[in-house]
Amino acid sequence: MAQAREGGTVRVEALTVAAKAEDGRETVIVHEVGFAIPRGEVLALIGESGSGKTTIALAMMGYARRGCAIRGGSIDVFGTEVLACSASQLRRLRGNRIAYIAQSAAASFNPARTIMAQVIESALIHGSLTAEAATAKAKALFAELALPNPDTIGERYPHQVSGGQLQRLLAAMALLNDPDLVIFDEPTTALDVTTQIEVLVSFKAAIRDRGITGIYVSHDLAVVAQIADRIAVLRHGRLAEIGAVEQMVSAPAHPYTRQLIAAAAPVKRKGPEAPTETGEAPVLAATGITAGYGPAGPDGLPGIRILHDVGFSLRRGETLGIIGESGSGKSTLARVIAGIVPAARGAVRLDGRVLPPALAQRDRETLRRVQIVFQNADTVLNPAQSIGQILERPLAFYHRLGAAARRQRLMQLLDQVRLPRSVAERYPGELSGGQKQRVNLARALAAEPNVILCDEVTSALDTVVGEAVLDLLVEIQRALDVAYVFISHDLGVIRSISDAVMVLQHGRVVESGPTEALLADPKEPYTRLLLSSVPELRTGWLDDVRAGRGVAA
Amino acid sequence: MSRRMVTMIAGRVLVALATLLFVSVVVFGATQLLPGDVAQAILGQSATPEAVAGLRQALGLDAPAIQRFAAWLGGLLTGDAGVSLVSRQPVGGLIWARLSSSLLLAGIVAGISVPLALTLGITAAVWRGSLYDRAVGVVTISAVSIPEFLVATLAVLIFAVHLQWLPALSFMPRSASPLQFLRAVAMPVMSLSFVVVTQMVRMTRAAVIEAMTSPYVEMAALKGASPARIVLRHVLPNTVGAIANAVALSLSYLLGGVIIVETIFNYPGIAKLMVDSVSMRDMPVVQACAIVFCAVYLLLVTCADIVAILSNPRLRHA
Repeated sequence: MAQAREGGTVRVEALTVAAKAEDGRETVIVHEVGFAIPRGEVLALIGESGSGKTTIALAMMGYARRGCAIRGGSIDVFGTEVLACSASQLRRLRGNRIAYIAQSAAASFNPARTIMAQVIESALIHGSLTAEAATAKAKALFAELALPNPDTIGERYPHQVSGGQLQRLLAAMALLNDPDLVIFDEPTTALDVTTQIEVLVSFKAAIRDRGITGIYVSHDLAVVAQIADRIAVLRHGRLAEIGAVEQMVSAPAHPYTRQLIAAAAPVKRKGPEAPTETGEAPVLAATGITAGYGPAGPDGLPGIRILHDVGFSLRRGETLGIIGESGSGKSTLARVIAGIVPAARGAVRLDGRVLPPALAQRDRETLRRVQIVFQNADTVLNPAQSIGQILERPLAFYHRLGAAARRQRLMQLLDQVRLPRSVAERYPGELSGGQKQRVNLARALAAEPNVILCDEVTSALDTVVGEAVLDLLVEIQRALDVAYVFISHDLGVIRSISDAVMVLQHGRVVESGPTEALLADPKEPYTRLLLSSVPELRTGWLDDVRAGRGVAA
Repeated sequence: MSRRMVTMIAGRVLVALATLLFVSVVVFGATQLLPGDVAQAILGQSATPEAVAGLRQALGLDAPAIQRFAAWLGGLLTGDAGVSLVSRQPVGGLIWARLSSSLLLAGIVAGISVPLALTLGITAAVWRGSLYDRAVGVVTISAVSIPEFLVATLAVLIFAVHLQWLPALSFMPRSASPLQFLRAVAMPVMSLSFVVVTQMVRMTRAAVIEAMTSPYVEMAALKGASPARIVLRHVLPNTVGAIANAVALSLSYLLGGVIIVETIFNYPGIAKLMVDSVSMRDMPVVQACAIVFCAVYLLLVTCADIVAILSNPRLRHA
């Protein structure tokens, strides 16, 4: 049902947005950005966090987040100058002629109201349809977006449906008034890869069938290559490069675009050779781990079981990659190894010695030898302590070093994680995300552990920054012979850094083995599904996958 | 209503009842520890030890504490709170007469201050950072830092002494006309509302601002919803629980506030009764008053908890 609309263009010229700090100083976060989108095309805005891509997307609706203000330029959406609109004119544009699909559907739905009430709200606000007609249209859209039970899903509340479904419901909300321009703001970033594919397929079909003009904001080049016609690369609020998808992927001109493309396909940091069978005893081994939460039932197992009979072994200086989607139990496994969640059954052995299940029963020496690095460095580092204080604490706790020795070791640690020594005097709030994750790693290294549990350590970082952290991890492993349990949902990262891989699903081991052997020839259907769901940096990948799987669109 | 919700609400009610029981133990124990003796107080310093002992026996004060506690608690549960040691009248009747006038005072205060506070709090949050918001902020901060006895005393000074519009004491004849009644309660209501409103404004504003910064409110704005629609359809349904707690906390503060205000204005409420009974060592009345205060407080807090549970869609539609 292609929309037979006349031509026209969305034209943005010299758009400038400023952010105001608490003290009233203004920083320009978007510098004179300009681009044009002919009707029926999708332009992708690509960039890392802080590149201004979401700010530009929101500005298309004349909207600036709290503390930001549009300072100049022109946004012409098919003949309407958005920046010249009054507040009430803007309200008539939003949700009507320009619609927005947010990154986190789970947070963008009001938890207190039914899904249908929120999907048809824009029709009621703008008086475009009666409630009855809007409901009927919404149900048709639900079916078009391949949602299950399209006739009844709207009666549910947001917490009663899955994340992937909410994202499509949010798209239905945006499409209800047949907008001229749709803004997709990282709509699949929060989803698991297997879910992401379903959502991408339904988005792509809707875009094609409806001839949607769109702006697709993302940090993921491979995703964008499937959806967009052209790509605009943003960096520090400026337009670095703009061009057709094919050209950008195959022959990027700007060095930053090349850097982004390189980061999108992580290099293999581990040799292809299978780990040699030296007969050396594993440094860390787990057998028959069953664990969960809640009070124990009559069988002595917790009420809510997360892990079922999970086992692995890991030798000194090697990396075990654990891959799984949300809810697979991979973080719980790290917590079991660390003793934060005691295992109900099974044993964790460190150098052959069985560890007490609970943290409180482990002695200081055991604690020292197994360290954990969490995903979110922001919340893990105490904002009231300087980096020096943070790093000196484990030195005093585990090694009982005196002040002078601590200071000396602190400097070594900062060198080791490639941070300038001056960082010791600074506070976590003054560091970037990548720097904070390095501090986090240095804190684990301070204990001089045999094993480090890395739980999604690069997931919160931009790809280029994350790549540098991976390089550092491998370098440290070579120098110190430390073993890693590396947990991630990102197959590319796992493949790049692991000697062996274990695939988890619903708390059970699906498959495990040496990385290259396993990923080159996966035996289990789930592993194959996972592998085929990772977006590839070439146009047409999504169509190939869809054809291969026979996904209805 | 889901089963989980029923068990949660039942749990809250049980906790409230258990708290009440615990408080009754503490109240009874504390009154036992108070220095002085009712028999001594009634008979005066010059009474002979034999006369005091005789009166103690007549009042039942010589039985073991556990036995007296059990008898007292049993009496409370059957609606018999004992007899005042001073006036020899049933405590229940005394309290009921005074409680109703206190509840009337508190009711008027709540009736004025809750709508006023919610309006101020919500509008200040909606226009966050505006001149209006800052004015509300400055006024509430200043008001909350002035103790109510000062407000009450200033009110007396201005409205009773200087302007002579209102009577300084809230004395009411039995057959007071509505106008007389209004004149009598005007200043107590004003003093109490002053403090209660400011607390509610601040807590309501914080709760609304938290909801206003959520992604679903941004989404509503990007759908073209008007500010009024955003507040009524998207913000308020998600702040009911927090606002109910703010209201309950503020209203429970009224209980403390009435003691001071009733004393200053000589308003014949339950707080005044309690203060008088303490000075007379009329233990049955003091104990019963304390239990009434605690029960009202628990009632408010439990109601707020139940409202919060009922307003949570995750529990309502599990």
